[in-house]
Amino acid sequence: MSEDIRKIIIDYVKKEYLEEDSGVDVNENTKLISSGIVDSFSMVSLKMFIEKKFSIKIPDDKATPEAFDSVNNIINLLKEYTKI
Amino acid sequence: MSHIGSYEERYKSFNWKQSEEELEYGKNGMYNIGYYCSDRICEKGNGKKLSLIWEGFTGEVKKFTYDDIRVYSNTIAKFLQDAGISVGDRVCLFMDKVPELYIGFIGILKMGGIAQPLFSAFGEEALFTRLDDSKTKAILVQKKHLPKVRRIKDKLPELTKVIVIDADEAAVPQVNEIHFRMEKTPKVDKFDIVKVGPEAPSVIHYTSGTTGKPKGAQHAHSSIIAQYITSKWVLDLQSDDIYWCTADPGWVTGTSYGIIGPWANGVTQVVLDAGFGTEKWYAFIQKHKVSMWYSAPTVIRLLMKEGIEAVKKYDLSSLRHLASVGEPLNAEAVVWSEKAFGKMFLDTYWQTETGAMMITNYPGMKIKPGSMGKPFPGITATVLNTKTSEPITTPGIVGLIALKPGWPSMMRSYWNNKTTYDSKFKNGWYICGDRASIDNEGYFWFVGRDDDVINTAGHLVGPFEIESALLEHKAVAESAAVGKPDPVNMEVVKAFIALKPGFEPSGDMELDIMNFIRKRLSPLAMPQEIEFVPSLPKTRSGKIMRRLLRAKEWGEEIGDTSTLEND
Repeated sequence: MSEDIRKIIIDYVKKEYLEEDSGVDVNENTKLISSGIVDSFSMVSLKMFIEKKFSIKIPDDKATPEAFDSVNNIINLLKEYTKI
Repeated sequence: MSHIGSYEERYKSFNWKQSEEELEYGKNGMYNIGYYCSDRICEKGNGKKLSLIWEGFTGEVKKFTYDDIRVYSNTIAKFLQDAGISVGDRVCLFMDKVPELYIGFIGILKMGGIAQPLFSAFGEEALFTRLDDSKTKAILVQKKHLPKVRRIKDKLPELTKVIVIDADEAAVPQVNEIHFRMEKTPKVDKFDIVKVGPEAPSVIHYTSGTTGKPKGAQHAHSSIIAQYITSKWVLDLQSDDIYWCTADPGWVTGTSYGIIGPWANGVTQVVLDAGFGTEKWYAFIQKHKVSMWYSAPTVIRLLMKEGIEAVKKYDLSSLRHLASVGEPLNAEAVVWSEKAFGKMFLDTYWQTETGAMMITNYPGMKIKPGSMGKPFPGITATVLNTKTSEPITTPGIVGLIALKPGWPSMMRSYWNNKTTYDSKFKNGWYICGDRASIDNEGYFWFVGRDDDVINTAGHLVGPFEIESALLEHKAVAESAAVGKPDPVNMEVVKAFIALKPGFEPSGDMELDIMNFIRKRLSPLAMPQEIEFVPSLPKTRSGKIMRRLLRAKEWGEEIGDTSTLEND
């Protein structure tokens, strides 16, 4: 189940935040926020995608740049709010 | 002892000639900013001093001395000349905060070009609007942002040089593309810096208004007279400082105080090319022993969220002086910074159009948390009655912030937009577009914008640009964009949208529209919230009444609704 979730999030990040031919590789440990792939303003749309996809609500104080800085970090956050 | 000493004494005795004399501005007919930010520092014997310490998000560090800046900017300048760029041509810099951005800026100025730095997160529509308006001739771009340029360049016939600064060796340039590698090109030690006059255009920075497209505020080379002395007296830059301005040079703070001010003062500055992260930023300050930190209220509020415990994990004892810019610094943040760092962030007020700090707090002057401070020496500032355009002399009464024109860094035009430029001046005053009051000790207190422009995280975003882009989405019939209060960013964009028949509001629709705007314009312009409505409030003449929507978001009185279409 975690593999599917990783792929869903990675595919979404690549589709929405990177150019098709950017040559940037994204895996579960790639820094998303601190590298600038997803800036802090765009993080809202990523949070919204996660919430809708997994039918959860992430409190604003938990949606920090650190919590969203990699796919693995996001999955750890998801585990607090859903059974995955 | 701070450079400024007594603010009161300085204000009484100062004139801009003093700054010119310190800089030796115009000596031997030299007025070019590029000279003062590199060659002059070397001629003063500081060629070996570090000017730029750059760190990427992976932790890679590059260091450049003032002589490196001199030579690399010469190299870029010569390259641009050889590529057919002429004096007065607009040259855009469209890249992340890499060394080529900072050094390229100097190179463009040295060859007499007009530098046009643009925020690298701009989408193609935002990029096109700005390049089209200024008829940009060349763009220096990183390969990661090249696809955006390629998608619009056919619509920009004047854009004849797309210069890729980090292309792979095997990459094949398309038509009008050239590859250039600053550190691999033979260095140019001697370059004849173009002797432009003090009024020659130097930089164009785009800024948003309520109506119409973003406007290009055009500055002149003599702006350095103001940027130099405000850096020295407000930021109190000392010769042994390690200075960190967190602003991106796509915005005016990042050029006035991220390039021109510090380098004209010959200080060492550090740049972190990475997104925000509390731990990462504190570690950066500790690692490089940052002593002067110029940042934004949004950043300070994000740091406040993490709390003082996060600060204690790092040795930030190097921090000597702190200042902030972009939006009013709330009193709570000022007080917190004293608890967290042992000193208060000093609020500084100015705009893209003013080119340098106008009303600010100063080292050694009493700080009133939440106040903008007082006018910089040489600046005459007031608040005007909105009906009579006369200065208000009663303390505490709110009016329009206004400045007496003529300071060296005042914009000289909005590019190709004289009508809008002229409208900024009334009754002999330059009107900032903000409202404030002045207390009985001469301190200014910010109240808010006088128009519908949204200030999000210190950046102005124009509702018209957002609404125009929203209308390009297939599902959107009508739209209005307003600022909504936000505890960290002060305001964020909220869009009210009426959908076309056949389209239904949903979470997916909301996300789709958000991403549409983010990619077309920028992450700043992206609505952080969308409210779907059956229709928007309009006047009888069909004009959308943003003010009503905004007032509801801010819990304010909605005012006169007599012109509302459906009462």
